[in-house]
Amino acid sequence: MHALWFAILALMLTAYVVLDGFDLGAGIVHTFVARTNEDRRTVLAAIGPLWDGNEVWLLAAGGVFVFAFPRAYAAAFSGLYLALMIVLWLLVLRGVSIEFRSKVDHPLWRSAWDSVFAISSTALAIVLGVAIGNVVRGFPIDASGYFHEDLFGAARSRHPGAIDLLSTVYGGLGLTALGAHGATFLAWKTSGALGVRSVAAARRLWAVSLVLFTLATALTAVEAPVFARHVVARPWLLPFPMATVAAAGIARASLGAGRPLRAFLTSCGFLASMLVATAGALYPALLPSVIDESFTLDAYNAASDRAGLEIGLWVWVPAIALSIVYFAYLFWSFRGKAEGTHHHY
Amino acid sequence: MNALGWSRLQFAFTITYHYLFPQLTMGLALLIVVMKALGLKRSGTRWNDLARFWGRVFALNFAVGVVTGIPMEFQFGTNWARFSNATGGVIGLTLAMEGLFAFFAESAFLGLFLFGERKLGPRGHLLAALMVFLGSWLSGYFIVVTNAFMQHPVGYAQDASGRLTLASFSAFVFNPWGLWQYAHTMTAAVITGSFVVSAVAAYWTLIGQFPEHARACLRLGVVAGLIACTMQIFPTGDRQGRLVARFQPASLAAMEGKFESGGHAELDIIGQPNVEERRLENPIVVPATLSFLAYGSFGATVEGLNDVPRDQWPDNVELLYFAYHMMVGLGTLQLGLMGGSALLLWLGRLERTRAVLWILMLAFPFPYIATTAGWTTAELGRQPWIVYGLQRTARATSPDLGAGDVVFTVLGYAGLYFLIGILFLWLVLREIAHGPAEPDAMASR
Repeated sequence: MHALWFAILALMLTAYVVLDGFDLGAGIVHTFVARTNEDRRTVLAAIGPLWDGNEVWLLAAGGVFVFAFPRAYAAAFSGLYLALMIVLWLLVLRGVSIEFRSKVDHPLWRSAWDSVFAISSTALAIVLGVAIGNVVRGFPIDASGYFHEDLFGAARSRHPGAIDLLSTVYGGLGLTALGAHGATFLAWKTSGALGVRSVAAARRLWAVSLVLFTLATALTAVEAPVFARHVVARPWLLPFPMATVAAAGIARASLGAGRPLRAFLTSCGFLASMLVATAGALYPALLPSVIDESFTLDAYNAASDRAGLEIGLWVWVPAIALSIVYFAYLFWSFRGKAEGTHHHY
Repeated sequence: MNALGWSRLQFAFTITYHYLFPQLTMGLALLIVVMKALGLKRSGTRWNDLARFWGRVFALNFAVGVVTGIPMEFQFGTNWARFSNATGGVIGLTLAMEGLFAFFAESAFLGLFLFGERKLGPRGHLLAALMVFLGSWLSGYFIVVTNAFMQHPVGYAQDASGRLTLASFSAFVFNPWGLWQYAHTMTAAVITGSFVVSAVAAYWTLIGQFPEHARACLRLGVVAGLIACTMQIFPTGDRQGRLVARFQPASLAAMEGKFESGGHAELDIIGQPNVEERRLENPIVVPATLSFLAYGSFGATVEGLNDVPRDQWPDNVELLYFAYHMMVGLGTLQLGLMGGSALLLWLGRLERTRAVLWILMLAFPFPYIATTAGWTTAELGRQPWIVYGLQRTARATSPDLGAGDVVFTVLGYAGLYFLIGILFLWLVLREIAHGPAEPDAMASR
């Protein structure tokens, strides 16, 4: 039961990263690939009907997290207070920028919101990467089951804070991987000069992502020994990082071959295999403790009571089935290339 | 003020601000469904134009509701870690269900409603509106049930460490407190929607713009408003009050400014509670009515605060008293206004009665204030508990969170939300000034 809820949480977060990832990524490359107002409206029209639903995966994952693992939820969100609040502000600003931009026809209004959209998307992608880096490295959780982590470590502190070398590399990977994912999405959903520039941007970002992925993997082996030990002990995990590397290569090649849909689907596979590998190596830990392994919050000691989890499963299964139907219908309804002349964006 | 006080202020501010938006979302969602249904039955494009116009207002309002809603779920963890640790195994379920069942439907079909009218055809477009309505009302239910658990915990078990776990799904999800609280909250949302629709219609009528559309909106707004204002008081308000009397007697006593226990308790219209001297100053009262309203009998005993241990009193009796009285006062006023307007409408004189149109145009803030006062009553009345009788608010905070961090984020939210509020108002006023004409005619699109 506990392993199952761990898998459910990992699955929902993966769905969030894959889905919201492409609209975040569109925001990252927005100002580079879309030069004219018409192109920028096309970018927003491509993600307009989808971004809000994508973000719901984050909320739903948050709900699942607090329900299944309340101790870990409480520790993680209070311990990373400022980092999380900044994420929330970025999400607020980003949502507003998408919805408000095209409501007023004024060049300054539009370029202001374009900047907010690009900056908040970029920052969120970096923060997502940094967050994963932090989970991999661990937190200063003590016997109380809580921790408090500064954004930057004090010079003499035993613990480096949320931002250190490992998490910085992860942040960079988050930025380039989601940027590549978003550019690939735009290559699929747009045409003309915008489509051409998206292909070029995506190809470049895929190359960088591959380098950063290798670097992050190597650093993880050094900085997070428990993590490395788990990978060695679980050989079934090995195909996932290989799939990640292969997916990046295939996505890049498909773009070159003019197969943007295949590139986008492999791009989804790239992110998913990377996250599944991370979750698989982390298991059963949710928040590893760097103070003492016995303080680690995992899928067993942080979980809700078993009877409650069983009830939750009865709710989750039909709910997720329904959500998948909604999503399939939504994506199907907005199939085809996006147009900048859309009513609302 | 310490971290606890600042965390309470932050939650109160962010939730109050957030809920200014969903209440209109939910109210308008219902009215848009009615517009689409009328558009299918009646000839002419009037109702479909209006559904499109209110859809544009809805979209702006929805967007701000979504972005200000995201911080709410996460604040349970950031500021109230010991609360989410103790209760997450129960309330996490409804929070997850809100996302899975309600938000997915709402966001998917809103996209279709806003962008897909031509593709979907009239019936499909009505269906999209209906799904948006169902999604938004369902999300309201999950949130109200979560709050109802905090007001009146049911369906849980407690383990050795004091953490709450889910024992009965149906008891938790069909909490009797939650059912009436939901009905009361939803009629309030319809009141907000109908006041906003009526205000815009009154404005258009007063300046002689879009006469056809204005007339339609005025009729819809006033009729829906009268029904909702009536249901707000009876049965939903009445039943909600009885639940408070039964399960939170200390809260009822503070709401009514009652210090002495006794039968034939009088209902006070207004007064000023003096908590130090334990009496109500300058009371204007109706004899024995409170006993009747709370317990259905004029002789019934109403417990006063004097018989409640001091450490179980709501910690802000004065604000609770006035929040409650504002809610009741405005609720009564709203019923009077909609009743009068409906009478004039029935007599065919509403459009010519400029004084009433002026009042309707300016009255739209009342339901926002009444709703805020109502939630303030519910939340202050629950104090000093975060989960009634089980966990105290003071023991629910994040253990390692300092006041400095919270002051920083309170100020951050204040600045961010102030900016968004100004821009939102400006954009909505532009939509209203532009009216129900096709947006393509608007230079901006």
